[in-house]
Amino acid sequence: MILSILTFLPLAVGVLVALLGPDRQKLGRNLAFATSLLALAVAVGLWASFDNAKAGMQFVESVSWVPSLGIEYHLGLDGLGLIMVLLSALIVPFAMLASWKIENNPKLYFSLMLFLEAGLFGTFTAQNFIHWFLFWELSLIPAFFLIRIWGGPKRAYAASQVFIYTMGGSVAMLAAFLALYATTDASTRSFDFAQLAATAHQGGLFAGHKTLATAIFLGVLLGLAVKVPLVPFHTWLPAAYSEAPTGTAMLLTGAMSKMGVYGFLRVLCPIFPEQMQAWRTPLLVLAAATIVLPAAAAFAQKDLKRMVAYSSINHLGYCLLGIFAAAGLTDGSALFPNEQAAALNGVILQMFNHGLTASALFYFVGLIEQRGGARGLNDFGGLRQAAPVFCGLMGIALFASLGLPGLNGFPGEFLIFKGTLHLAERASVLSIPGLLLTAIFLLTILQRVFSGPLAGKWNGWPDLTLGERLTVLPVVALMFVFGIFPQLLTGLANLAVLQMLKSF
Amino acid sequence: MLAWTIYISFLGAAVLMFLPGENPRPARTLALLAALAGLACAVMGAVDCHSHAGAGALTDVANAPWIAELGIRYHLAADGISLALVLLTGIAAVAGVLFSWNVENRSREFFALYLALMGGVYGVFLSVDLFLLFVFYEVAIIPKYFLIVIWGSTRREYGAMKLALYSFVGSAMVLVGLIAAYVVAGTKTFDLAELAKVPFPPAFQNWAFVVVFVGFAILAGLWPFHTWAPTGHVAAPTAASMLLAGVVMKLGAYGALRVAMILFPIGLHTWQNTIAVLAVVGIVYGALVALVQQDFKFVIGYSSVSHMGFVLLGLMTLTQIGLSGAVLQMFSHGIIAGLLFAVVGRMVYDRTHTRDLEVLQPMNLNRVLPFAAVTFVIGGAASMGLPGFSGFIAELQILVGAWQSFPVFGVLAAVGILVGIAFTLRVLLKAFFADDKVEARPLTPCPRISLPERVGALLLLATTVTIGLCPGLLLDFITPALNSPLMQPLWKAATR
Repeated sequence: MILSILTFLPLAVGVLVALLGPDRQKLGRNLAFATSLLALAVAVGLWASFDNAKAGMQFVESVSWVPSLGIEYHLGLDGLGLIMVLLSALIVPFAMLASWKIENNPKLYFSLMLFLEAGLFGTFTAQNFIHWFLFWELSLIPAFFLIRIWGGPKRAYAASQVFIYTMGGSVAMLAAFLALYATTDASTRSFDFAQLAATAHQGGLFAGHKTLATAIFLGVLLGLAVKVPLVPFHTWLPAAYSEAPTGTAMLLTGAMSKMGVYGFLRVLCPIFPEQMQAWRTPLLVLAAATIVLPAAAAFAQKDLKRMVAYSSINHLGYCLLGIFAAAGLTDGSALFPNEQAAALNGVILQMFNHGLTASALFYFVGLIEQRGGARGLNDFGGLRQAAPVFCGLMGIALFASLGLPGLNGFPGEFLIFKGTLHLAERASVLSIPGLLLTAIFLLTILQRVFSGPLAGKWNGWPDLTLGERLTVLPVVALMFVFGIFPQLLTGLANLAVLQMLKSF
Repeated sequence: MLAWTIYISFLGAAVLMFLPGENPRPARTLALLAALAGLACAVMGAVDCHSHAGAGALTDVANAPWIAELGIRYHLAADGISLALVLLTGIAAVAGVLFSWNVENRSREFFALYLALMGGVYGVFLSVDLFLLFVFYEVAIIPKYFLIVIWGSTRREYGAMKLALYSFVGSAMVLVGLIAAYVVAGTKTFDLAELAKVPFPPAFQNWAFVVVFVGFAILAGLWPFHTWAPTGHVAAPTAASMLLAGVVMKLGAYGALRVAMILFPIGLHTWQNTIAVLAVVGIVYGALVALVQQDFKFVIGYSSVSHMGFVLLGLMTLTQIGLSGAVLQMFSHGIIAGLLFAVVGRMVYDRTHTRDLEVLQPMNLNRVLPFAAVTFVIGGAASMGLPGFSGFIAELQILVGAWQSFPVFGVLAAVGILVGIAFTLRVLLKAFFADDKVEARPLTPCPRISLPERVGALLLLATTVTIGLCPGLLLDFITPALNSPLMQPLWKAATR
């Protein structure tokens, strides 16, 4: 029951806020924010009552929905799902605070944010494909309008790009799942993830058609690859992230991009272990490309927001590298259990921590743009003298992003590479320049924006206000907490990872 | 109970004809009451049938001799499939009246013809005597013609004439096929259940199936006989295009399923692949043409061709799941197309007097008419087949069925869905969201969206969401009907 409440609470309040009269803008905004805090409280409550030592799904709800099609309303949380729910619940209020001063119809903006939150919760708790797909698609509509209405000058182009790309991927994925359903023997037909994985394990899927199996696998892969994104399906992202208003960009990168990675872990790997094995090399090459090329592209950007956007692709590339390296290495049981477990634990850590760090970076870039009216890499200089607190906190976020030990970015990337250097040596080695490039461009930001002589026109550049400090301090504090105590997350994730490895 | 849907509609039409004066208020009130009463009868009838017969087999509603010499009976009956469509008609009728609230010109006649059309449609869905079905089918064509010619807009004479001619050609084909079946069977009956038991010779079935199926499917927008649909929809006044796309196109699909497929299963088997090809072409072609239209209403008109292609494809899969999807898609498209036509015709065109997307775009209607914009966004999402709306479950079932019968067509239909998403998104952005370059233009004030429009839009939205979230409500009617004895010849043909 609690998971349904978590999902439908933002949805219901979102509708309510949207229906408020046009003169109730502030009330709507405050109501939406209070709801996101309430959802956060529920998520933390879930964490507190989650049993770390219990394998499998917890808080399960299962109601028959359309029995003739094997569609169930089936919710459940394991460690992975819980971490994603926590991340979403954390990012939404953060993004709302970042959007606090939106002037054009804030009521609608905040209600769309709540719809998006419901979509995230639904995606991360659903255990039946159709149910999952419903929320997966649902989250796209608010994202589209958030960019289309409140975005930057090229918002029309950016919004359409996101929509068409993601929809193209989704239709391919849906068609693939329908084919999977239609070709499975009637007695084992199902849309349930666990059931599908079990059937796949017994070789009961695709009725033995090799080509069909490949086609279905590629369809699902396409849907997920666009969402994450995996190079070369990433071209929608820089425009979308840089045109989106700050709060939306934070949500897109912080939480929505994780839907794709989550899909790889929950859907693709368990249901298609053989195909993952067969396609291992090309996928690893693409993952390495997803790490290196966007890092190089970020290096070439002159726009801070676009730099952060490209660095986002790069960081999710590590997740994909970890997944592709750990998947497809099964022979009835995991072949390299320790390394695979390390890589997957790292992936989950990285998903959470990237969400935290990247949304903080977008927040800071948004503040810079709001104060200076510009966000070019070379438009600023010496801001540290004018705004030391600003510079210090953004510096922490930048260092967290480049993976400095002690901050949250490090444990995830460390574990991923610890695993993948054994599992996929060449791809890992290929990816290492990505780490280096990331360090260089992040340090360049630090240097160009905050160091050097302070240009005259930026004299009196305001430091963080009290409200802004209160907004960002909890997030920065969490960067330290999860950097120093990664076991807070691995403790949750590890059993889920071991469970997953059985089907990989 | 169900028979009253027909009587109330015709009675209402008759009363309206003899109502004195030209005051629109009593006319539209009466029409609304008649439509509501029809909907109430439909709902009660459906609940009644469901509790008694489990909605499976045909349940008699009325049965009396009519032209005894020829064995023609006044025989009405309902099963799950007809119940779903009767419910659709009831909902669409109420919404249509609400969206015609502003008809001032000869409103009495308008609503009288409107109700007569409804009566004919109810009659078709409830008839099991095929002669009676044919009579109702013809009855529905005439008011349609006048509604377009008198109250229509763009090229209305042309649109109305084209529609009427296509309809009459189609019904002539149906008539030929029905009479031939009557003679060949030699059992002196037009009763569907009786004729379904007759094993017609295969050679006869092969031509009779095509004649009857295509005759009906013309009205369902089967490619390449679809060209009446976009022009007719565009020419028709709002309520008529809502009914045309929402209900009348379903008459064709219903007849194709109920008459052609059940009577001539061997012929069906022969032609299955050919018609499936036409259906897929319709899906993709309709969507592609919709993608390049400049007229707002033409986009929705062509989208109807594409969505009805899914119905025909579902029928041709000859699988339980595909047929169930086809019937659900008939219902779903009826609701969604009605909603989209209401936004285009009533909310936007009646206020801006243009449907040219290039002219509409700078108006930035999402600021001027937020209610219309939100309705179109949700309706558009439903039309794209997003999960959570009725179209999703319908198209899902059709695609699964298509995968089982002809995988290649399944893939092509999925491509059609993708193009559908593209044109819906395009028209949504062009009609309601100004481009960046022209956004600064001042907003032109428009009359607010009136209460009847809001109620009508909410009725249709609530229906598509309810069925999208609880498809069981309708599937509980449709699935048993597909397993009824009446449908058995069809499944035998499928396994042949």
